[in-house]
Amino acid sequence: MHGEMLQGTLDLLVLKTLAIGPADGHTIAHAIEQRSEEVLQVEHGSLYPALHRLEDRGWIVSFWGTSENNRRARYYRLTQVGRQQIAEQTNRWDAIVQAVNRILRPATEG
Amino acid sequence: MSISRYLRRSRWDDERAHELEVYLDIETDENIARGMTPEEARFAARRKLGNATQIREVIYEMNTITFIETVWQDLKHAVRLLRHNPAFACVAIVSLALGTGANTAMFQLVDAVRLRTLPVERPEELAEVRVAVVPNGRQGSFNGRRAALTNPQWELIRDQQQAFSHMMAWTATRFDLATGGEVRPTEAVWIAGDFFTTLGVKPLIGRVLTSADDRRGCPAPGVVISYGFWQRQFGGDPAVLGRPLTLDGRAFDIIGVTPASFFGVDVGRTFDVALPLCAEPLLLGTDTRLDRRDSWFLAAIGRLKPGWTVDRASAHLNGLSQGIVEATLPDTYNADGVKNYLAFKFGAFPFSTGASALRTRYATSLWILLGVTGLVLLITCANLANLMLARATAREREVAVRLAIGASRRRVVRQLLSESLLLAAIGTIGGLIVAAWFSRVLVRFLSSANDPLFVDLPLDWRVFAFTSAVAVTACLFFGLAPALRATRLSPGAAMKAGGRGSTDTRERFSIRRGLVVVQVALSLVLLVGALLFVGSLRHLMTTDPGFRADGVIHASLDLRRADIPPENRERTFQDIVARVRAVPGVRAVAEVMVAPITGSLWNRGIYVDGKLVESSLLNAVSPGYFRTMDTPVIKGRDFDSRDTSNAPRVAIVNARFVERFLKGADPVGRVFQLEDRKGQLTESYEIVGIVKNTKYYDLKEDFESIAFVPLAQRPERATDTTVAVRTDAISSALTGALVRAVTDVHPAIAVQIDTLTQQIEESLARERLMAFLSGLFGGLAALIAMIGLYGVMSYMVVRRRTEIGIRMALGADRVRVVRMIVREAGLLVIIGMTLGIGLALAAARTASALLFGLQPWDPPTLATALVSLGTVAALASWVPAYRASRVPPTTALRQD
Repeated sequence: MHGEMLQGTLDLLVLKTLAIGPADGHTIAHAIEQRSEEVLQVEHGSLYPALHRLEDRGWIVSFWGTSENNRRARYYRLTQVGRQQIAEQTNRWDAIVQAVNRILRPATEG
Repeated sequence: MSISRYLRRSRWDDERAHELEVYLDIETDENIARGMTPEEARFAARRKLGNATQIREVIYEMNTITFIETVWQDLKHAVRLLRHNPAFACVAIVSLALGTGANTAMFQLVDAVRLRTLPVERPEELAEVRVAVVPNGRQGSFNGRRAALTNPQWELIRDQQQAFSHMMAWTATRFDLATGGEVRPTEAVWIAGDFFTTLGVKPLIGRVLTSADDRRGCPAPGVVISYGFWQRQFGGDPAVLGRPLTLDGRAFDIIGVTPASFFGVDVGRTFDVALPLCAEPLLLGTDTRLDRRDSWFLAAIGRLKPGWTVDRASAHLNGLSQGIVEATLPDTYNADGVKNYLAFKFGAFPFSTGASALRTRYATSLWILLGVTGLVLLITCANLANLMLARATAREREVAVRLAIGASRRRVVRQLLSESLLLAAIGTIGGLIVAAWFSRVLVRFLSSANDPLFVDLPLDWRVFAFTSAVAVTACLFFGLAPALRATRLSPGAAMKAGGRGSTDTRERFSIRRGLVVVQVALSLVLLVGALLFVGSLRHLMTTDPGFRADGVIHASLDLRRADIPPENRERTFQDIVARVRAVPGVRAVAEVMVAPITGSLWNRGIYVDGKLVESSLLNAVSPGYFRTMDTPVIKGRDFDSRDTSNAPRVAIVNARFVERFLKGADPVGRVFQLEDRKGQLTESYEIVGIVKNTKYYDLKEDFESIAFVPLAQRPERATDTTVAVRTDAISSALTGALVRAVTDVHPAIAVQIDTLTQQIEESLARERLMAFLSGLFGGLAALIAMIGLYGVMSYMVVRRRTEIGIRMALGADRVRVVRMIVREAGLLVIIGMTLGIGLALAAARTASALLFGLQPWDPPTLATALVSLGTVAALASWVPAYRASRVPPTTALRQD
């Protein structure tokens, strides 16, 4: 999916990616691509504002760490609140998908 | 967004930049690992990331309050802009400050003097009582600034009236704090009745005087002092009650202090001390006015009872009048006087704004000055408008470029708006400073030693807000309107070579030309006004008053406290005169009863050949007076030692007296009689000399008829007299010696020294004020208008640069080019001046009462105004034209 993506959806993907463990921006971007099997080609640039937003809300925190090549990089990690949010946001996503489906494929079973 | 994030947003941005760099590095490495070349790897990484700067911007914006950020940017830009255009900024700010400040100060003064109500309780319930119906004027002696009633009348009204819950009367006076020697004057009021209670003034310390204190023959009267006097004289000593205060040599106890906000009822004045009227005989002795039925000196105020209106009170007083006048009829009146007096009717008048001699004297002047400052405001607005329009035009291309780069229209407009606002803000602050300074100047001008002015002029926010609003609106409108139009243009059109754009349309330039015409017209009005007032003042100061004023000192003597019996007074005065004559530097000395230009007056009816002809001014002088004043004796002789109290009565009259009363034969040797106080004829006075006409109480008056009699022949010498001293040069050493000459005779004699020149100047205070202010504003307005004209002409020249370049390339010489431009300017100026003359003539009519020696349509004045304004205008239009003609045609034709 190129271009537009619901802002909230990107946030959710980031959260989910971080659920596995802390990561830096580059890693998160590639993780999303890989785990969606290259379907979701998110513009890596839009990731950073999303990270900033999540940090503002307190769902993730950032810290300095060392990357593989011994570079000093900024890492992100989920907070407790963020972890709770995953479930909530996932439920919301399900609800949206179901709603859209109901319109696209009206129930034929009677 | 958190506060800490906001405060550290630039550091955050740096971190972000670093983070993005890290991303790029990692991605580049991975790309290289995938087999790309380093440059390809870097490119691919960049593409993957997107626009790094935009990312940073997005995050930065999340960290800030965008609005504040942009406003701050706009402000910085506006400041930079003003710094780069100091001339424009200066003129705009000065125009704004002047227009708003001067108007505010002027309006404050007019408001304080004319419009503001008294700072007392419920001033709308106050009413003044005076004689409403006066068929043929009042007779008798008049003292004080508001001589409405005599004491017998006041006492009867006070006792009989039903309309007022409280009533009081007062008269202003002065006392001497010193016990002898040079006078230390203090402003005071005699009060009767419930002065403080009527006004609702509560004491700050102690108590106030009430009607219980005002009983005839009060044995030990106390006095109430004002807050200001308490601070000045006693340093605010809280234990001031009971301390004695010496007034005119007599001690009184202080019983109370009034609050700081109370200044009395006379707007523009203040009082230091208030005494009960019953104490008047203690200080004035046999000169007490309390029983004199023809001595008018009191003003009376009452507070209306609930339910009573001023009209109803007036009708009530009207009804009481007959009884009162019959009971208070003076026994010195002749038949006509009696009939006149018995027809007097008393009435009530509204008094919420207080009494004010300042008001009556300066009423017209103040309104005229307000008109002047109003015109100045208009001119400054026109100027601002012109400046703003000029700026907008110059900025058009800049605006177009900004729009092309991608600024939103709203953003550009907001930036232009902030420029205008910054200008307006600075100008308004300047206006506050101008208003404060100008108020002080006005009060200082109107004040004088003998006539101090106390007007509280706090900054009136309403007026300031109004005038600022007017000016600022002009600023914003003319700054914004063309800018908005500019933003609507497509950037391409605006940037096209030739730079014509939107503000170059005929209509836009016509507005600017119209503004210049308006400015020129208004400036001409102000200039004519200024020339009229300055000319009037000059006439007054150069008019021949009949005597030579420089070097003359008036020493007013008061013998009251020296306890000298009447028969010895003459000798005492002569002694003093002799001693003064001996002081080095004194050329001539003489005594006079009514010194000139002091505002005092003495007149009597004149009988010639047994027939009452009219009344004439009188004066009593000692021998040598005319020589002292340098007034030539035209015919006959001056008074001398022959004219003692036992000798036949003689008089010297002036030329006007002869003209009015003694037509025909040689006046020397003729006789006339005076009508004395009792209405009877006195003995005959033989005229022994004729003197040149002199001014009596005011320089502005026409020469009146004056009859001089010898002081030595007065029935009884009064306790006061004035010694006129002609000196070579006035110095403090000299005045000190004069005072000593007096106190050597008797230490308790009070002396007040004035110089005649100073007294004349003070009498011309109003004219000086008008001349100074109208001159100042006229000059400033003309300057501003000329700057406006210069601006417009410069702009026009720039606009036609191409045309000028072509003309000169084709062979037109410089002179023709200049002439062409000047002609356009000339047209504007001529239209403006024609308009201006019309306005000036109409406006000058209102000022005709204030002019002396000049008619409002005085041709030389009009001509001077036209020529001077025309010359300056010619210069203002010639300079840009000349500069344009100096530009080589190739430069002019080359468009950037």
